[in-house]
Amino acid sequence: MDLADLSVAEAGARLRAGEVSSVDLLDAVRRRASMTEAILHAYLTIDHAGARAAAEAADAALARGEDFGPLHGIPIALKDNMVTRGIETTCASRILAGYRPPYDATVVERLKRGGAVIFGKTNLDEFAMGSSTENSAYGTTRNPWDPDRVPGGSSGGSAAAVAVGSAFAGLGSDTGGSIRQPGSLTGTVGMKPTYGLVSRYGLIAFASSLDQIGPLTRTVDDSVTVFEAIAGHDPSDATSYRGPLPEVRSALDAGVKGLKVGIVRELSGEGTEPDVAASFQVTLDLLAGAGAEIRELSLPSTEYALSAYYLIAPAECSANLARFDGVRYGPRLPGKSVEEMMSATRRDGFGPEVTRRILLGTYALSAGYYDAFYGQAQKVRTLVINDFRRAYAEVDVLVTPTSPTTAFAVGEKAGDPLAMYLSDICTIPSNLSGDPAISVPCGLDSSGLPVGFQVLAPALGEAVMFRVAKAVERLSRFTARPALATSEGAA
Amino acid sequence: MTWEAVIGIETHIELRTRSKMFCGCPTEFGGEPNRNVCPVCLGLPGALPVPNEKAIEWTIALGVALGCAIAPHSVFHRKNYFYADLPKNYQISQYDLPLCVGGHLEVDAGAGVRRLGITRVHLEEDTGKSTHLGGGGRIHDADATLLDFNRSGIPLVEVVSEPDIRTPDEARAYAQELRGVVLALGISDARLEEGSMRFDGNVSLRAAGGGPFGTKVEVKNMNSLRSLHRALAHEIERQGKILDGGGAVAQETRHWDEEAGRTGAGRSKEESSDYRYFTEPDLVPLAVDDATVSRIRAALPELPAARRARYVAAGIEENAARTLVAGGLAELFDAAVLLGATARTAANWLTGEVTAYLNRTGGDAAASLALDAAGLAELAAMVDGGELSSTAAKDVLTGVLAGEGTPRTIAVARDLLQVSDESTITALVAAVLADHPGEVARVAAGEDKLVGFLVGKVMRSGGGKADPKIVDRLVREQTSR
Amino acid sequence: MIPAGAWCLEPGAWCLVPGAWCLPGTIRFMPVDIDITKVARLARIGLTAEELAAYSTQLQGILEHAARVQALPSEGVAPTAHPLPMVNAFRPDEVEPTLDREEVLAQAPDREGPYFRVPPFLED
Repeated sequence: MDLADLSVAEAGARLRAGEVSSVDLLDAVRRRASMTEAILHAYLTIDHAGARAAAEAADAALARGEDFGPLHGIPIALKDNMVTRGIETTCASRILAGYRPPYDATVVERLKRGGAVIFGKTNLDEFAMGSSTENSAYGTTRNPWDPDRVPGGSSGGSAAAVAVGSAFAGLGSDTGGSIRQPGSLTGTVGMKPTYGLVSRYGLIAFASSLDQIGPLTRTVDDSVTVFEAIAGHDPSDATSYRGPLPEVRSALDAGVKGLKVGIVRELSGEGTEPDVAASFQVTLDLLAGAGAEIRELSLPSTEYALSAYYLIAPAECSANLARFDGVRYGPRLPGKSVEEMMSATRRDGFGPEVTRRILLGTYALSAGYYDAFYGQAQKVRTLVINDFRRAYAEVDVLVTPTSPTTAFAVGEKAGDPLAMYLSDICTIPSNLSGDPAISVPCGLDSSGLPVGFQVLAPALGEAVMFRVAKAVERLSRFTARPALATSEGAA
Repeated sequence: MTWEAVIGIETHIELRTRSKMFCGCPTEFGGEPNRNVCPVCLGLPGALPVPNEKAIEWTIALGVALGCAIAPHSVFHRKNYFYADLPKNYQISQYDLPLCVGGHLEVDAGAGVRRLGITRVHLEEDTGKSTHLGGGGRIHDADATLLDFNRSGIPLVEVVSEPDIRTPDEARAYAQELRGVVLALGISDARLEEGSMRFDGNVSLRAAGGGPFGTKVEVKNMNSLRSLHRALAHEIERQGKILDGGGAVAQETRHWDEEAGRTGAGRSKEESSDYRYFTEPDLVPLAVDDATVSRIRAALPELPAARRARYVAAGIEENAARTLVAGGLAELFDAAVLLGATARTAANWLTGEVTAYLNRTGGDAAASLALDAAGLAELAAMVDGGELSSTAAKDVLTGVLAGEGTPRTIAVARDLLQVSDESTITALVAAVLADHPGEVARVAAGEDKLVGFLVGKVMRSGGGKADPKIVDRLVREQTSR
Repeated sequence: MIPAGAWCLEPGAWCLVPGAWCLPGTIRFMPVDIDITKVARLARIGLTAEELAAYSTQLQGILEHAARVQALPSEGVAPTAHPLPMVNAFRPDEVEPTLDREEVLAQAPDREGPYFRVPPFLED
């Protein structure tokens, strides 16, 4: 087996056993990247020199007996909306072309402190707006299971890199499903923590009240490892949770016997592809067979969650993206006045999806429309939270398919923003409520594309969420690897 | 028709916290451009604001001092408008849930005390500074604009008055009184010329005696109490002329031009209805409990109104009390009195020579004075003990203010110490009387006004240093024999 | 199917959304009329007339879907701005290190000495 196909846990074990070095691991992902990047385009920037230095430093530290933790020496991919000091950070937007931030995001600091090797910055839908990674100003990322298909988005680059083995783990950001949906479409484990558990400082904001950074990994164990490395209070983020972190390891392997698992009537019906529905049902049966009690619940407000999301997220983004004005950083187009300069720079710098959402948000916040759109959306948000609260009084977790479809073809939905938005129907509610959720691969459809199984839990309920996810992983026996990752496919 | 002005004032006050409102950058004034900046106050991608707790406490303190109710629940909003000196192109401010609401300030502009309403006090962040280059120095002639973000993110408190102000005098008195409160609280330097306290006025006219409000004009760029007064007077006159001529006042923002002595139409930013306020999602709400308000209230210093009342009760004239408090000299005064200075003597010097000195030198900070409380007390003791005449004391005071030394060293150096020794003065008197037998006889005959002549002669012979009270007494004693 | 903006037959009720299910009496009419020129100006995005027209059509479609939020009865429901029930996250009033000015200005599209430089502000 190629080193690049090891899990974080396996690679760490070999590292500590002295069988491999961090430089060996780095070389393995570099080789895998060199074989796959021309097709996949998962990375926007690979920091060869920085990664090499970090891997050598990690090896030297281990040789001295210093072990910084489970990510020590492990090459990791970062979605390119997390700032890295001196390393180009573009958000896949022309408006940040060439931008080298003067500081590191808190998650980057935490990874570095934990000994991780930052290998590169991965592609995304521009400013994380999209579900396919087609909205990148620097080209589309392809799905390693079928390069004619999208890897999902917006964290498609990290998902594809982890799936194919050009990183051992990756970080994504999830505003409406942007970690879980690409996780589902690439057969990886994508997890969105409870809002506030992972610092957003240095994450280039899309929608501040919805954004949350989380891991993309090949196993649930690795997801736990990365989650533990990046979670924790950060005084630089006023929305950072101040209480103790949920303890997730001790019950991780406890299984689902006796747990109450809820399925959501409104999220398991129309629009779901038959293969996805079938895989979901098989997994449900496996959970029931393992002793889980399955109940069906109704969350009536979830039907409105999508609409609320497409008002709240654009509203926040219209303000968050106002700072990209050609004054202090990024490229600038000429203008006779500062206003002209800004208008020209922003027109040129933002792609169509970003422009669309900025306009949408600007409109939704306008005087005269605020109450009917943004204000009403915030009330729907309250109703979604109330629905979840009622549900969690009855069940321990809720489960849904992560995405109604498996990976779709490049270009298939690109011309229809509304259709694209609808693919987030199952993932959006937990962003509105701030609750944790995870997508675990549970099977393949008839075309051999992975299907994701989503586990939702109440706020700070990461322990039960991971526990169920681990059971799904074990019961579904999902071991398939994308064609591109195998030596034949990669050759 | 006679018009009555309806004036409301918005005051922006930069807090002198050590660090900025939402980041740890220093707030010091001046310094090299773009030195005091970080990802947060530069609006770099990914940066997040975290509120300065001290700034929030101080805003509450100001609210309490102004008699406001402190909101148990308040939030920050984003106020959206594009401007190159606003790094995020939105300002973190407060909208419908400010920290403090509904207070008042009592002011006396010479026509008796009036209670002026305060609508709200809220907290926001300051913008950077732009310098317009080239052209004729006018904003729209500029070739380019240079930006310095040192000021960006400095905590800014906004105090909004009710439209209760009726005259420019009252507006000035309001501004002065508010400044006094801010200085007493020690939350801002409140330096108008440096922009750490800034005023905008809303002016409209209505028929004298009441009736509906007219169209409101916002007047900006009033950088001193003098320009506040002049600008409002000018705007009232301008609107009066328009209305008298049957015209209508346009709702607009006008900028005061201090040199030209008039207001002009300003650039229009977004309409206020286009600010698209919404809750700042990077921040969580503020919850201020009663205990916090009580603690802050208990720690409030003596406010100007109370201080003036105390001085008047101690026998100081109303005007002097006002000058002491408004001029920032009250601390010095209190300390000198504590060290034994006679209140009225100290008050006279501070409101006379010292205030004149400060006006002359343009300084507004009592802290920069070379005169301290100990010096003031020493000077007063020397006068009370007869060592210095009140005339000489003024000379000495001038020396102290010029930094020449302590009152005693200056009095000695300038040879101003008074002769109070009776035997020395008796000898001087005897010599003068012996030289002027005719005048002595006329005094003895009842021509009292010649006493002054003789006293003058004695003073001159003593080089002006003899205590005039003793001279006077001895002349009278010896001529009446 | 009732076209957006048309009257419902149910007295007092309106319909917003083609295909959306109608709750008589609870749906309030919200005409989706977009002054796209003004919206683009507020957002400082200098679009051409054709681009404005195209975005206007797209926004219309999205907003008609998003207008479904108005169909949910929300009397007495408090808005949620934030998923966490947190208050009072502060920092102490302490000075922290600032950025290196050269590193900051190196990213500027235009500068003059220690300043960022931009074209002049013009009056509208």
